[in-house]
Amino acid sequence: MIALIDYGAGNLTSVRKALTALGAEYDTPASPRELGRFSAVIVPGVGNFAATAALVGPWREAIGDAVRGGTPLFGICLGMQWLFEGSDEAPEVAGLGVLPGRVTRLHGDAGQRLKIPHVGWNALAFRGRNGTAPHSRLLRGLSTGAHVYFTHSYAAPVTDACVAETSHAETFASVVERDNMFGVQFHPEKSSEAGLQIIRNFLDVARAC
Amino acid sequence: MLTKRIIACMDVRDGQVVKGVQFQQLRHAGDPAELAARYNVEGIDEVVILDITATLERRQALADTIRAVARRIFLPLTVGGGIRSEDDAAAAVEAGADKVSLNTAALNNPALISTLARRYGSQAVIVAVDAKRRGDGFAVYVRSGTSDAARDAVEWAREAESRGAGEILLTSMDRDGTRSGFDCEMTAAVSNAVNIPVIASGGAGGLEHFCDVFTRGHADAALAASIFHYADTSVTELKRYLREKNIPVRM
Repeated sequence: MIALIDYGAGNLTSVRKALTALGAEYDTPASPRELGRFSAVIVPGVGNFAATAALVGPWREAIGDAVRGGTPLFGICLGMQWLFEGSDEAPEVAGLGVLPGRVTRLHGDAGQRLKIPHVGWNALAFRGRNGTAPHSRLLRGLSTGAHVYFTHSYAAPVTDACVAETSHAETFASVVERDNMFGVQFHPEKSSEAGLQIIRNFLDVARAC
Repeated sequence: MLTKRIIACMDVRDGQVVKGVQFQQLRHAGDPAELAARYNVEGIDEVVILDITATLERRQALADTIRAVARRIFLPLTVGGGIRSEDDAAAAVEAGADKVSLNTAALNNPALISTLARRYGSQAVIVAVDAKRRGDGFAVYVRSGTSDAARDAVEWAREAESRGAGEILLTSMDRDGTRSGFDCEMTAAVSNAVNIPVIASGGAGGLEHFCDVFTRGHADAALAASIFHYADTSVTELKRYLREKNIPVRM
């Protein structure tokens, strides 16, 4: 059973629909105390980083404990940004902090007509040798250059945890993965077949636990 | 590199796609969910449902259509045409819309843009601007193009952006239905004036029109309806053509 965390940041209809279509069993825990009965956690979310303030306190502790105990965690969009230490979008709100680094605003490039927010389909560049991602469980079945749907203004830095990056005037982390922690800056639930494959891959990880 | 988006619009009345759909392979040619599924296979980047139902049962019928379409595709789905209030928007989002498109309601009550942007995020709020050329400018019309809003498209698009709109859907009323090409000058004027994506609409008739609006028109996305419905141009064919012209598209 997967815990889909609903903290009021955006609408979960699309994520629920994708999980249902892929045959996943999931539920939305009403309180952090319930988290123990779940084998994996998905933190979705869209909008301002300030919305993650709803996770500060008991939720942050419970999710942090679960991750440290080996439970697979998948952050989507704002949920991925939350895995980092914090964001310039809402500096007063601490992220989960399981990945080092801060989320910063994309600048775009007016001269090249690269607008912010970054909205639309852009390519994943796998960071392994020759554009591969041999150790990534989240990117299985996909190839470098796959297009996925983004909509965001802030992004996480490319660090050791980044397995695929994307460029929009600057290069940012579009897929992160470390041990049992996974995150994507784009919306796999709106990225057609490529996106569904990524969700399927996470479900495989969750089942293996 | 961020690709240029190709968006298919379905005009829906009482749960059926209107404007005549002639896909031979579809069992129910006017069924929005079947049509959306077909577009998905062809590689469409987004789908817009434009509701033109005029009855009192409109909201329920629209919600049923949105649910049926959302079940079949895993792509960004925009709903417009019937969104007049926060409640209308909430009903569309609950049914599975990722974005709502505001037109007359945004001009009558610009605060609605900010209200929805706060509730769902700017990425979920599109402001649709219907405009036609007048002198050196572009006059905005509302109520399905019947009423002069006494606003200029460039100035209104800037205001919509400042109030929290995430995208502008710009329709040329001069070109709509003519198949003579998008209004590239108008699209460029608006696209250059705002820092949010601009979707060009109205006038798509041939492959070269899309190339024009992405180059001369500086559009971030292009929307069409009948050209795809009639299957005289498939999305796959269009994207292959654009790629040959060095315009980045998702294949």
